[in-house]
Amino acid sequence: MLAAAAAGEHALLIAPTGAGKTLAGFLPTLAALARAPREGLHTLYVSPLKALAADVARNLLAPIEEAGLPISVETRSGDTSSAAKARQRQRPPNLLLTTPESLSLLLSQPDSDRLFAGLDTIIIDEIHAFVHGKRGDQLALALARLQALAPGLRRVALSATIADPAPFLDWLAPGNSARPRLITCPDGAPPIIEILLPTERIPWAGHAGRWAAPAVMRRIEQARLAIVFVNTRAIAEIIFRDLWAENEQALPIGIHHGSLAPEARHKVEAAMAAGRLRAIVATASLDLGIDWGDVDLVIQMGAPKGAARLLQRTGRANHRLDEPSRALIVPGNRFEYLEALAARDAVAAHDLDQETFRPGSLDTLAQAIFARAAAGPFHPDALFEEVRTAAPYAALGRAEFDAAIDVVATGGYALRAYERYRRLVAEPDGRLRLAHPRLAAQHRLNAGTIVEAVTMNVRFGRRGRTFGQVEEWFGAQLRVGDSFLFAGQTLEVTGFDQADILVRMGRGRPSVPTYVGGRMPLTTNLARRVRGLLNAPERWAEMPADVAEWLSVQQARSELPGLDDLFIETFPRDGRWFMVVYGFAGRNAHQTLGMLLTARMAAAGLMPLGFVASDYVVAAWSLQEPVDFAALLSAEILDEELADWVAASPFLRRAFRETAIIGGLIERTQPGKHKTGKQLSVSSDLIFDVLRRHQPDHLLLGAAWADARHKLTDLERLAALLETAASRIRHRRLERVSPLAVPVLLEIGRESVPNAEADTSLLIEAEALAQEAMWLD
Amino acid sequence: MIDAPPPRVHHRAMPLLFHGQTLLPLPCGGLYWPAEKALLVADLHLEKASHFARKGWPLPPWDSEVTLARLADTLATTGAATLVCLGDSFHDAGGPARMQHAARAALLAIAGACRLVWVTGNHDGSSAATLGGEAVAELRLAGLVLRHEAVPHDASPELSGHFHPKITIHHRGRRISRRCFALSDTKLVLPAYGSLAGGLAIEDIAFADALPGRLTALVAEADRLLRFPVRAAA
Repeated sequence: MLAAAAAGEHALLIAPTGAGKTLAGFLPTLAALARAPREGLHTLYVSPLKALAADVARNLLAPIEEAGLPISVETRSGDTSSAAKARQRQRPPNLLLTTPESLSLLLSQPDSDRLFAGLDTIIIDEIHAFVHGKRGDQLALALARLQALAPGLRRVALSATIADPAPFLDWLAPGNSARPRLITCPDGAPPIIEILLPTERIPWAGHAGRWAAPAVMRRIEQARLAIVFVNTRAIAEIIFRDLWAENEQALPIGIHHGSLAPEARHKVEAAMAAGRLRAIVATASLDLGIDWGDVDLVIQMGAPKGAARLLQRTGRANHRLDEPSRALIVPGNRFEYLEALAARDAVAAHDLDQETFRPGSLDTLAQAIFARAAAGPFHPDALFEEVRTAAPYAALGRAEFDAAIDVVATGGYALRAYERYRRLVAEPDGRLRLAHPRLAAQHRLNAGTIVEAVTMNVRFGRRGRTFGQVEEWFGAQLRVGDSFLFAGQTLEVTGFDQADILVRMGRGRPSVPTYVGGRMPLTTNLARRVRGLLNAPERWAEMPADVAEWLSVQQARSELPGLDDLFIETFPRDGRWFMVVYGFAGRNAHQTLGMLLTARMAAAGLMPLGFVASDYVVAAWSLQEPVDFAALLSAEILDEELADWVAASPFLRRAFRETAIIGGLIERTQPGKHKTGKQLSVSSDLIFDVLRRHQPDHLLLGAAWADARHKLTDLERLAALLETAASRIRHRRLERVSPLAVPVLLEIGRESVPNAEADTSLLIEAEALAQEAMWLD
Repeated sequence: MIDAPPPRVHHRAMPLLFHGQTLLPLPCGGLYWPAEKALLVADLHLEKASHFARKGWPLPPWDSEVTLARLADTLATTGAATLVCLGDSFHDAGGPARMQHAARAALLAIAGACRLVWVTGNHDGSSAATLGGEAVAELRLAGLVLRHEAVPHDASPELSGHFHPKITIHHRGRRISRRCFALSDTKLVLPAYGSLAGGLAIEDIAFADALPGRLTALVAEADRLLRFPVRAAA
């Protein structure tokens, strides 16, 4: 690192957890400032988490104070007081530790040029965790701006182990300049990953490994401090309860997830750091590198869904390089057992999956343009050149850039209705400036690329404290008297007050089950390895007897999906034909395929009734027997039906809400506060309807399409699946259900096939039921 | 996607008997009163988008056009001779002055084709009358009071707007949200008609204050009127 710094080179440092990479990143800065103390901002540190920035600040201050170095260190985030923020802009510290959001806000200040003019180094921590999405776009644009303000700026990025550093190096390098120096640190002792097996049979269905609660509790009793990772917030609540039921020694166990109120989260974090906890049930909210205690066991409930994620989570145990981390995977069902085995193989082989880098999002670009205007007048030509030095926008066309400017200036409409309400006006020299200073304040309130779902507060009585928030779709289905799991408690609903759900402590089993949504789909890499295990009978011997038997019977009665084909089974059952497609393309792609496939089946007169999707398989059932699979799965399905379907689905509406907020068209609703004056605010759904009808090619609708295609429907993987279908379909017609098909048929979350009048007929049915049950006279 | 022409609904719309008057709640959110040949609509919130644009949020500028096109269609299909807009016809009093040419022409065409009555609302006052028609605070028609906002303790049968009622039904795992009419023993509140006018859940406390006693949500479909009990008589 020192050599790279001496040579003035940008650098990417890849090191496993525990190697002290954050301190290594700061070393050249500390050395330079110790040698030649100076005023003003020298190094900027950006991390994806506020808590991580605070943690790093603590870890830096100790050695600086011990050595008596004249170096000032401060953090800046949404939690920093406005007085401290103002002072930081007047008298900046040598080292400022912040987040991408706070950095972008700093850059929107008119005095940002003075603040950053002398900036020497920027350090981006945990770069692997967040540069692929819109936060990455936001940070790339901020880097481009910083480089313009401080041309000599050196960029340093720190990453956990990644499969392919090349795209990260490209992302990090500004414009056409030389590639950054790559520094890799040798791996420590390989982790010890164990798969927990039941004494009886591995379940056919289920996801979270709930069957294993007693065994998991015994492991917790033997460990010093365990993190129990789960894949969703709702599962965290359920597992936490299951563990408590088995907690005979009443060990202190906590729960940590992103829906909890910040105070509740901080309390758990503090208890963990102080060694007062023996276990903590957590979601991805604890994935990143904060050192909160002496963890010696990581337990993954359910399949890890990706090898990189498993490695990252495993690294939470034991922050010393020379000792192996210990992890335990608890598979929820037989496919998840195969997936756990595949993930363990992948970690051992260092075969890690990696998200793909995509072109920069245009809503984020519009927001950055607004931020630039808030900082002061700018010339569009110069800004276009600057933006193109940010890797995600290297291929941006001038027309798209101008369209983004137009969105900021007047909303970007073909109808020139808002010339007199322009937000950007031209100066005589061609520069653009904000029409009114209050627009800068408006921008700063609305900025950021994370758009939370609309939420409701969970409050203990009308004047009581807030436990946290639940998403509105969940809160809206609750009725007074219902009980549900939250923050590890059973809570009973006592009433509603605007955006608050009022609760009291409840007893017994919750009456409202929590929908299991928002799971990460299985990565392509792991899916390929699971296929490999199916096709390697020599590995079956190491599997539990019932899993090996399951695969052998499948092989005898049907066939196993190959390494690179699309295997389909059909069989009759209960007066219907089942069609099981072994796509291995992940839940989102399969869900999309299920919708499109049943639409095609309906058009072909097969009378489909429903479908269900898992990470491995999509299964559809119909009254008529499907036979022409090539026609049902032809690739034109993506051109012909997908567009119609996505347009009519809630996906696009949800995606548009996000792009409209990021793009500055509508106001961000503050969490838990949206109901007040709701009539007077505007619903993104209504705007979507008007806009799609009158200007379907609007920039922000296009951005919503791009999001929906990638994030919600996993279009790339679906396209690959259909490409395989075009040449390598294998079909087997069976007399009855096959062993491999059983897990998907036991999946929850079946979808019935929608039809045009579905909602109206459902309403009519609901009314009849309500009439029958409720009417008094 | 191309929107189909609106069906000629009023012949099939299911009637509601309200204090001796036969009223037809329409799927579009309007209320047709055959005996008076009157169409009632509430809360058009015209020029809502331009109001937001002026404050720095440039919403799509077609909202007035969309709302008025729908209104003109309903006028034509019902054959109404009188149009009563139950207040908040513009999102704010400055709305009429901001209106663009196309929307203004659509509104003038409507004003030329029927008798146009603007009931004044809390958002717009009487500003709409600058574009034609007459503005009144209240109106009595065949024993019913027509006003913008329900008066809780007035026992006269009353038709009003203001609250933007909507109902959300969870059924078979689907969540269906629709604008609805809110019916109590003496009051009927119309849904908001404007394309950018949002809704307020009929379970909200605001409805309990304004419409005490028994409360029912009415959802008009093409050939039937669905009734969802919200609250039994106290």
